[in-house]
Amino acid sequence: MGYCPNTPEEIREMLAVIGAGSVEELFSPIPQQLRAKSFELPAGMSEFELMGIMREKARVGGTEIVPFIGGGIYDHVIPAAVDHLAGRAEFYTAYTPYQPECSQGTLQALYEYQSAICRLTGLEASNASLYDGGTAVAEAALMALRVTGRNAVVLDASVNPLHREIVCGYLASLSAGVVEVAPAGCASDLERLMGCIGPETAAVVVQNPNFFGTVADFTALAAKAHEAGALLIVACYPVALGLVKSPGEMGADIAVGEGQSLGNTLSFGGPYFGFIATRKRFIRNLPGRIVGETVDQQGRRGYVLTLQAREQHIKRHKATSNICSNQSLCALRGLIFAAALGKRGFEELATLNYDKARYAQGLLGAIKGVSVLNRESFNEFTLALPKPAAKVVTRLLDRGVAAGVPLGAYYPGMDHALVVTVTEKRTKAEIDALAALLEEALWN
Amino acid sequence: MELIYEKSVAGRTGVRIPLSDVPKAAPLPASLRRGDAAAFPEVSELDLVRHYTNLSRRNFSVDTNFYPLGSCTMKYNAKVMEQAGALFAGCHPMLALLPGGERLVQGPLSLVYEVEQQLAEITGMDEVTTQPLAGAHGEMTGIMVIAAYHKARGEKRKYVIVPDSSHGTNPASAAMAGYEIITIPTAPYGDMDLDAYRAAMNGEVAAVMMTCPNTLGIFNPHIAEICEIAHQAGALTYYDGANLNAIMGKVRPGDVGFDVIHVNLHKTFGTPHGGGGPGSGPVGVKKGLIPYLPTPRVVRTADGSFGVEAHPEGIGRVSDFFGNFGIMARAFAYITLLGGEGLIEVSEMAVLNANYMMARLKGEYELPFETTCMHECVFSASRQLKEGVHAIDIAKYLIDRGFHPPTVYFPLNVKEAIMIEPTETESKQTMDAFIEVMLEAARMTRENPAALHEAPVSTPVGRLDETRAARAQQVCCEG
Repeated sequence: MGYCPNTPEEIREMLAVIGAGSVEELFSPIPQQLRAKSFELPAGMSEFELMGIMREKARVGGTEIVPFIGGGIYDHVIPAAVDHLAGRAEFYTAYTPYQPECSQGTLQALYEYQSAICRLTGLEASNASLYDGGTAVAEAALMALRVTGRNAVVLDASVNPLHREIVCGYLASLSAGVVEVAPAGCASDLERLMGCIGPETAAVVVQNPNFFGTVADFTALAAKAHEAGALLIVACYPVALGLVKSPGEMGADIAVGEGQSLGNTLSFGGPYFGFIATRKRFIRNLPGRIVGETVDQQGRRGYVLTLQAREQHIKRHKATSNICSNQSLCALRGLIFAAALGKRGFEELATLNYDKARYAQGLLGAIKGVSVLNRESFNEFTLALPKPAAKVVTRLLDRGVAAGVPLGAYYPGMDHALVVTVTEKRTKAEIDALAALLEEALWN
Repeated sequence: MELIYEKSVAGRTGVRIPLSDVPKAAPLPASLRRGDAAAFPEVSELDLVRHYTNLSRRNFSVDTNFYPLGSCTMKYNAKVMEQAGALFAGCHPMLALLPGGERLVQGPLSLVYEVEQQLAEITGMDEVTTQPLAGAHGEMTGIMVIAAYHKARGEKRKYVIVPDSSHGTNPASAAMAGYEIITIPTAPYGDMDLDAYRAAMNGEVAAVMMTCPNTLGIFNPHIAEICEIAHQAGALTYYDGANLNAIMGKVRPGDVGFDVIHVNLHKTFGTPHGGGGPGSGPVGVKKGLIPYLPTPRVVRTADGSFGVEAHPEGIGRVSDFFGNFGIMARAFAYITLLGGEGLIEVSEMAVLNANYMMARLKGEYELPFETTCMHECVFSASRQLKEGVHAIDIAKYLIDRGFHPPTVYFPLNVKEAIMIEPTETESKQTMDAFIEVMLEAARMTRENPAALHEAPVSTPVGRLDETRAARAQQVCCEG
């Protein structure tokens, strides 16, 4: 077991070379009084038995439920080529490309990934990935503190509440201030956001579409932030960017987001990847790995990890971030997903999400007592129900449908609000069934 | 090789998306729509497959090459772990947070609970959180927990102590958690200078962060004393579990006096490194620190089922859900498959392999700290440097001979460092072949150093101009 190949004979030969009498002798630098007091783990087993246990666990995984839920994580199609190519052992079992000559595969792929993120967000410089959407928003906020030398951010409360919690934790550690601005209904309160920008504001953080699904244009907010010497950070949902105005077009300084929807499986919360892109002039303040283009001595084009002087292994406590391992493989999946769909396929995918959500919104919004709270949205929208949304959701789970995310737990006073997500994978039949079930739950 | 964007032909399509079964909707207002579509490459599926298959062949990887990258534990990842991890691909994490949703995801919740128990037993800690998404994220989480502990006691401490041989992530993580850093030099015996440490410790120190065995592969015999000194000053002790592969079943950081630990699942527990991640960095703590763990916690309820509970006194959320679940599913599979005895064998064989490597190479390469090593050994190319050959030259020569180089120039406190971690999954034959090439490089240093300066010559590109890359800042292609 342990996939240890050496035979007893080889172990004896090796010990003889070392000059040790036994393997145990090699542990002699560890004083006896420091030895483990317990190590109670069951005996090992075979692959066959293990897979029995794992299948049993996966069996109660909720995969039979039809998901109309999102909250930052989305059930999208994944082309077969993504699994196949990202599963290539040469990508899968390599590590951080410290030795560029024998890591050009990973390095070029990450350069192509960075290019894809720049094209998607309309910005000029991307890193090679962050951990996930929530920590990406937090890293963007920290980056804004570094860029501006200021010590507070204005945070739109219509940003994903799970992400806001992470941002607040990161910022509190550094004693940086956070001003949270409550939404106006299901939209960002632009006036109040603008009004909260002060001389200590490093950035305004918004999300598009926001947690309620509302799509907005933050161009005016960007201008207002810039006037005050602050940055605009836009958290975005990459599939939506197939259709909606990009952060770059709005004048945002930093775009971040959860990359899961680009070719990564739901996998009960991870691994996914976070992305971050910015203006070229802020590149030295980016966290994490960055791949850059260069040439070798013969002038051949190649790729290396660059601007490493920002990073922890060189700068230690003065680094732009502590990030070391990031999410390369998940980012690679994102890249292959983008390339598999291509320019037109990606736009079509976004349009299909939009069309399906509009169809569902029309149907659900027509149920007696139900109203739609967003003006414009992408593939998520918020319904006001005549009953507490949590109760409705619990009841529909019994019928095999996750009808949406009830907002009461995240927004006081919104107990009757439900965010419904409709991706391209939801069929018309599933949407019709949801409408029938919802009507029944509300009125029978 | 061309970029995928350079292979793009306008109008060419790859994968088909689902057909629409709903009516076309009125479009979004123009003010909310993007101008031009994102210029993703337009290629056929075959173009795509050929491009990334050929790109992958430009990588060294564990499955194709010996990869003794010190400090990274590049062990073989058994394929059954991949099969096991893939079983959960369709589980939506939001289900667990819906009212009444927990019962639908009892399988993955039980896995989170059980892997936490396994890791607690392996490390000697009382409770573990799986939320942190990588080793460095675990460090930051652990230090945030420590900060919350001190705060709850009404104390505001200012410093975190790290040895100069520590991973760069240690000081970087502590700084992100709001602390100033005190760095302690390495003593001639190869670990943190105990006297300097004692002198630096005071009531303003929040924690000391130790890696043991340290980045030189040396087990610090004073580790219990280091913990004691910290505790006497009211400081807590943090164990960087990056090198846990050396000591499973031999030492448990919790028994020795550590209060907080993180574990790199992608190193010790056989999950893939993925060209730089995903990782996973669960954090374990002793009893007194449990209240400060991040929210939410997966708990076992009275009826034996698993639930998700808010953890109101904790440091809040450090990731959206339960961490990199797919990675912990693989780690759970690994621990379950190997069992206690298997994990002990892992550490024993990792240490045997590293000592064998050290014994066979120390004739030719300078060993700055001559002692029995744990799972890795650190040489210096200082002898070779006298002939004008640097550690980097030896590394590049290894590439030409089909081996991924060891870690070079780390740890920072060894000049021209060459850090070799063979791991337990490599055979004597593989190591012998690597050793022969290392000895050959030493011979060539004396006989033909110029050849080493030219390496590598077998790769698609030779040594790359890093200064030019940093100056040009070309980090995405135009288009």
